[in-house]
Amino acid sequence: MPKDGSGLSLDGLGLPLWLVLELTYKCPLKCPWCSNPVDFDQYRNELSTEEWKKVLRAGRRLGSLQLGFTGGEPMLRNDLEELVAEADSLGYYTNLITSGVGLNTDRLRALKKAGLKQVQLSIQSNDRRHSQKLVGVDVLDHKIGIARAIKAEGFPMVLNVPISRFNIERTEALIDLAADLGVEYLEFANLQYYNWALLNRAELLPTREQLAKSEAAVNAARARLGKKLTIFFVVPDYYDDRPKACMNGWGAVHLTIAPDGTALPCQEARLIKGIDFPSVRDHELDWIWHHSPAFNKFRGDSWMAEPCRSCSEKEKDFGGCRCQAFLLTGDAANTDPVCAKSPNRHLIDNLIASAEQRGVSETSSDSPLKMREIKRRQRSEAR
Amino acid sequence: MEADRQLQTTDVVELNPNFHFRWEEPQQANVLLYPEGIVKLNETAAAILEACTGGQSIAVGVAELAERYGKADLTADALKFLEVAHAKGWIRIKS
Repeated sequence: MPKDGSGLSLDGLGLPLWLVLELTYKCPLKCPWCSNPVDFDQYRNELSTEEWKKVLRAGRRLGSLQLGFTGGEPMLRNDLEELVAEADSLGYYTNLITSGVGLNTDRLRALKKAGLKQVQLSIQSNDRRHSQKLVGVDVLDHKIGIARAIKAEGFPMVLNVPISRFNIERTEALIDLAADLGVEYLEFANLQYYNWALLNRAELLPTREQLAKSEAAVNAARARLGKKLTIFFVVPDYYDDRPKACMNGWGAVHLTIAPDGTALPCQEARLIKGIDFPSVRDHELDWIWHHSPAFNKFRGDSWMAEPCRSCSEKEKDFGGCRCQAFLLTGDAANTDPVCAKSPNRHLIDNLIASAEQRGVSETSSDSPLKMREIKRRQRSEAR
Repeated sequence: MEADRQLQTTDVVELNPNFHFRWEEPQQANVLLYPEGIVKLNETAAAILEACTGGQSIAVGVAELAERYGKADLTADALKFLEVAHAKGWIRIKS
């Protein structure tokens, strides 16, 4: 989420400038690249309204400024308006990150009244049937209607497009759609491969050629549209040879609270095994951020091994992403394998080569996408 | 849609209404908050922004700044920063 588009320092003096509340893992959509855990259904004990308010107050005392309400689908919480009002009165800049399902004009007006500053709406395609195929539900017409309603209510808006090989060829059409909707920001978020996206990576990863074409279309649109539409283009880091400065470093500016109150340095971090992430139900947020072993585990550079330890860029990229190092090499303290200096870079190169050999067409796939759904094992066993 | 032109000292500029500018105690700095973004401003940048987005022309704002800080002429420095702020969309020319 934090954008480096401003080009200015995000040095937060060691405070969690960014607080992200995942209000629920529940969602009506079935996106096969969802960033929620693949076993999301195991976490059912969501924080109560009062518990979230306590988090909001503690976060503000800690120095948090930007606040994201996300999920799952945050509109499924009927206390969202109440939480936005509390956050606004505490002085947060409040962002809603939503699929648009559950939003309507009444709730938009209530959210505006509660002090909500901005809405980020996801969209996956410019074609209704294609969209339905990607997210498992017929929602495009509703999304477009709600985008117009968001603008009509006077919110600034980010249109977020999660990009895979299944929609990357639609870059130009999606830019046209964003311009027509009159949004201020369009974000082409090439998927990062964790959780559900990792499960489906072989099918989802675009090819280098597709990526280059998409980026060229973005650059042409930037020149054409100027300030009317700001377009962010997040590259899939596999195609870089330098690792991303993930989250500006572990426990540096970003704090996520999962639906069950688990505090995380990023939305994916609970996938790393062997770290005991503290819960706001058991600990004060101040202790969690400043003193918990989990948040201190990869701060600074004393945890680094070679080639990071002696690398001249370690203060720039912090060794890349801990989650990616864990997922691809089995050890979260390893250099992110995206890095050309990593002894594991061949793992990434092999994945890129596989994508090249696979088809690129959005209508063909070698194996069906695993949609984000609760595993119905018990039911099928009973049959 | 406004033209992408050089700012003049006779222009009146205003903060982009989607941006919030305020003092943030824990950071001991002025910040700009906007959709999914934060910018921390140094003291000079914050002073220029404050003086030059108050409904008067850049020239008047700069003159006030010069008086406050006892400097001869801040026009060049202020215009340089305001150009950056304009290019980044933090401010816009008031029509």
